[in-house]
Amino acid sequence: MLKSKTFVKKTRSGGVLKIVREHYLRDDIWCGSEVCKECKDEAPVLQEHACIESDLCSYPHYLIPDTNVLLHQIDILVDPLIRNVIILQTVLQEVRHRSAPVYKRIKDAIHEKEKHFYTFTNEHHRETFIEREQGESANDRNDRAIRVAAKWYTDHLAKKTNGGSLKVVLLTDDRANKEKAEQDGLIVYRCEEYIKSLIGNPELMDRLALQPDDQNEITGSKLLFPEHLPLSRIQSGIKNGMFLQGTFHANRDNYLEGKVFINREGEEINEVLLQGLQNLNRAVHQDVVAVELFPKERWVAPSSVVLQDDSPNDEDADEDETENNLKGVPSDSSVLKPTGRVVGVIKRNWRPFCGMLSQSMIKEATRHLFTPADRRIPRIRIETRQAANLVGQRIMVAIDGWPKNSRYPNGHFVKNLGSAGDKETETEVLLLEHDVPHQPFSQAVLSFLPQMPWSITEEDLKVRADLRHLCVCSVDPPGCTDIDDTLHCRELENGNLEVGVHIADVSHFIRPGNALDQEAASRGTTVYLCGKRIDMVPELLSSNLCSLRSNVERLAFSCIWEMNHNAEIIKAHFTKSIINSKASLTYAEAQMRIDDTTMNDDITKSLRGLNRLAKILKSRRIAKGALTLSSPEVRFHIDSETHDPIDMQSKELKETNSMVEEFMLLANISVAQKIYDEFSECALLRKHPSPPPSNYDILIKAAKSRDLNILTDSAKALADSLNNATVENFPYFNTLLRILATRCMMQAVYFCSGMDSDFHHYGLASPIYTHFTSPIRRYADIIVHRLLAVAINADSTYPDLMDKHKQTALCNNLNYRHKMAQYAQRASVAFHTQLFFKNKGIINEEGFILFVRKNAIIILIPKFGLEGAVFFDHKDRPSPRLSFDSEGPTLKVEEHTFRMFDKVKVTISLDASNIQHQRIRMALVEPGFITQQLGK
Amino acid sequence: MAGLELLSDQGYRLDGRKASELRKVQARMSVFAQADGSAYLEQGNTKALAVVYGPHETRGSRSKSLHDRAVINCQYSMATFSTAERKRRPHGDRKSSEMSLHLKQTFEAAVLTELYPRSQIDIYVKILQADGGNYSACVNAATLALVDAGIPMRDYVCACTAGFVEDTPLADLCHAEESGGGTALALALLPRSGNIALLQMDARLHQDHLDALIEAAMTACKGVSKVLDGVVRQHLEEVSVLTRD
Repeated sequence: MLKSKTFVKKTRSGGVLKIVREHYLRDDIWCGSEVCKECKDEAPVLQEHACIESDLCSYPHYLIPDTNVLLHQIDILVDPLIRNVIILQTVLQEVRHRSAPVYKRIKDAIHEKEKHFYTFTNEHHRETFIEREQGESANDRNDRAIRVAAKWYTDHLAKKTNGGSLKVVLLTDDRANKEKAEQDGLIVYRCEEYIKSLIGNPELMDRLALQPDDQNEITGSKLLFPEHLPLSRIQSGIKNGMFLQGTFHANRDNYLEGKVFINREGEEINEVLLQGLQNLNRAVHQDVVAVELFPKERWVAPSSVVLQDDSPNDEDADEDETENNLKGVPSDSSVLKPTGRVVGVIKRNWRPFCGMLSQSMIKEATRHLFTPADRRIPRIRIETRQAANLVGQRIMVAIDGWPKNSRYPNGHFVKNLGSAGDKETETEVLLLEHDVPHQPFSQAVLSFLPQMPWSITEEDLKVRADLRHLCVCSVDPPGCTDIDDTLHCRELENGNLEVGVHIADVSHFIRPGNALDQEAASRGTTVYLCGKRIDMVPELLSSNLCSLRSNVERLAFSCIWEMNHNAEIIKAHFTKSIINSKASLTYAEAQMRIDDTTMNDDITKSLRGLNRLAKILKSRRIAKGALTLSSPEVRFHIDSETHDPIDMQSKELKETNSMVEEFMLLANISVAQKIYDEFSECALLRKHPSPPPSNYDILIKAAKSRDLNILTDSAKALADSLNNATVENFPYFNTLLRILATRCMMQAVYFCSGMDSDFHHYGLASPIYTHFTSPIRRYADIIVHRLLAVAINADSTYPDLMDKHKQTALCNNLNYRHKMAQYAQRASVAFHTQLFFKNKGIINEEGFILFVRKNAIIILIPKFGLEGAVFFDHKDRPSPRLSFDSEGPTLKVEEHTFRMFDKVKVTISLDASNIQHQRIRMALVEPGFITQQLGK
Repeated sequence: MAGLELLSDQGYRLDGRKASELRKVQARMSVFAQADGSAYLEQGNTKALAVVYGPHETRGSRSKSLHDRAVINCQYSMATFSTAERKRRPHGDRKSSEMSLHLKQTFEAAVLTELYPRSQIDIYVKILQADGGNYSACVNAATLALVDAGIPMRDYVCACTAGFVEDTPLADLCHAEESGGGTALALALLPRSGNIALLQMDARLHQDHLDALIEAAMTACKGVSKVLDGVVRQHLEEVSVLTRD
């Protein structure tokens, strides 16, 4: 126990408030070294033989990095080679204030046992605490604190080893700090010096972040960008309304344009347009920036031009030409958007980016441009000596900074992922780019899995309803191994029908708070890529114990209704149960059974009953205004050996699809109501906000072009007018309209009922909704299961379940993961489409114009669900006469006018000229005259 | 950017204490000669002054007096200079009234009021500097003042707060920890019997955590009682030396 507590007052002034805090100094903080016998540390972290082989330090040593080294060189510090590092509390606190991602990474490193990173709480140690002197800045004081702590370690270790060989090395890049430390008799190196001296790992050199004060300036001194304002001025500017704060979103199609979403409530303007490099002023996608609005006369309309930054030269090319292109004709004032410029960056949101190296023209050069896979990220200049090896490889690069005299940000190489175009590498890239956690499950997670062989115990039988006698079956897509829902339907003696939805009882296996649960919560969802599935829970659960396969006994959570023949619910009942599925069917098989009048077994009867009820339920739902939307989805037929796609076709929907869907919706709505009644503050629900009317502009315009009227005042009106919108001899028109309507919608999101008041689900026209039916692949469902289990007294609650703030945080993560999973899925489909066309060669296909842009048309090919752009202007050729009318919208090219939904014929081929962004190239075949003109 | 880190990975709190450690408690008794009993107590940066008058006959209307025991009258106030921002009203606001009521309940449970029927005991406490745990500092100071006044009690009343951060109970919260979010629980304990005189918590906490939190607060209260006992004994020694002369 601690006896002597010295008492020191610490005063911090912020504003006019004087805050007095106690600061206890202790003498029971250990040095954390194995060598030291005096410190009574139970589990010393730092090794006695701390060897990193280095030219400069041949003796065993511990490293102490200062704050800036930690902030900038984190990529090096987390390398497995670097071990035995002392992280001072002073440094850690400063890092925490300055960069959350770096703080997270260093904490992860500290927790890693093999790294031997030790946190020394120097601010509370009696001998290393120092007070700020008069006239000393906070930074200087911290630097001094670091030196004092390093000095203490040096002396302390020298004493313990009797002047032995164990030493402490301070790493700092600050010249003044280095000099002072040398005067104190410490061993100090600059980070670069030290890393260079390491024997046997030249690769680390490449990961050194470039220092802004490096002698060898990267570019000429020509200033390209206006200076960023200091944070204090930005803050006062935001307060008095001069600047607006928001998140910067770069435009995917045009690198000279971006938007800032203002995330403050009550602001009239919630979106500011930025155009031109100068105005973007070094903002990178996702940064939090401060913008200044231009006066109204300088407002512009967003350009519909598609522009890519692909100038081959590394030099800072004149951008004037392209910038002028942007300006265009001033159109009428209604399309003008609030426009502004970035005055400063409040918070950078840089992460390591995947992409490829574009090698410099000069063979010996060590500076090269890196092109990220995400087109919204600018190209990054990096320094590497292994460029020749990295060409054609997918690599990861981190940004270090963006000086105002450099056209591109500076960065450093982090890691090599593998060669481009390779299926493995590309999948890895798209998982990394979409932040999908995909490492194999850790030992800690696996340790919470049930022991095999597993069977149902007596206790389970006691507390669960035994439904094994029911004729339950599942209907899923072919090849599905994680079956989480089964159904049954039977006639009761009183003439009513009993319908049951039985969902895999995942929450029985995943107990709250353990490593398995935490991992599932962080993954949030299973991600389905073409030919690959990234599971949310380990395979033992997802494909075996939780999967409701046929003819095995499984635990389930059942939702059982008594219904009359008009599908009106008379009674609803929830229970944990044991079931034994009689059949696992595919949609097609189930459909066959229903249609085949000769089959009359229990399963088929059950299916027919379900199907009949589902039709009634569906018609009732549609009458209420539920939307039927459409998006082109495709399936690949994958070669079983090479895993290359050999055929693709649009997904077909059968009656049985909608049968299963109807009952899942019904179960979800019933459960949502139940958990909300029981827990009005902390029920996890799902809502789908109604879109703002302006979202529908494009849909209304498009319909008008065919003399149709789409009403959008309510979901019901929209659904009805979509149903009536048909054009003769154009059966696909209605689907096209629905595809467009889908793009007008908002994202559906999870939320906690205690934090929101609007629960409405627009698309389903339901006042309340949640997800209950897929706990194997969605974490939200697990939470809903737990809530429902508590509601029916089948399980006990736990703290986090009842905490609405923690639940909101969880919802945010789930929403983010779902969005990212969706993007990853799309990217995977796109990649496989490319593979398909690579094998297929060039083909001609019919398509429809989906959108008309200023210099291009976007074409959808229904057969492949493929979308692509046909450009009408080319850099190296004179462009044809184009006139764009945004009212239609129509685009007139020479003599021909393109309108939305026009039928065209295109040739599809793979454009592999840019390995990184291989893309499907489309060229017009019909109407043909244009191609001829363009071709010449 | 990020809020305060109330408990570091190494297990240290903002001010360098570990989770179960109390702040430094110092106290003096008999600080005023006029009153029947008085005490001054510091619990870290929270400083409280307690004064006791009585038992004496009931002041004001006779109807208030009770025929079988003494009435305990408590008044809580905070000095205008006790907080970072100057306080406008030292006493009589809702918070102070509530605090007065809590103190009254606490001491009715501890003082042997049945020995003094139809009389009144006044306890006045003032917070001179507030840095979290005002209630507990008041209770601890008032206990010493009651001892000083020679009023018989069942036991010392010791009070302490406990909070809950990152699944760990923290003993004796300072102001930054109290306002930094999370739950705070105040507990007044009669340490020898282990009876609880008052338990107060006005934030939400899951039932599973409650036992751990109360346990932490009780341990802290026992720690406080040791300190108070030491203060009383030392005071007694000093006084007896003086009176012998």
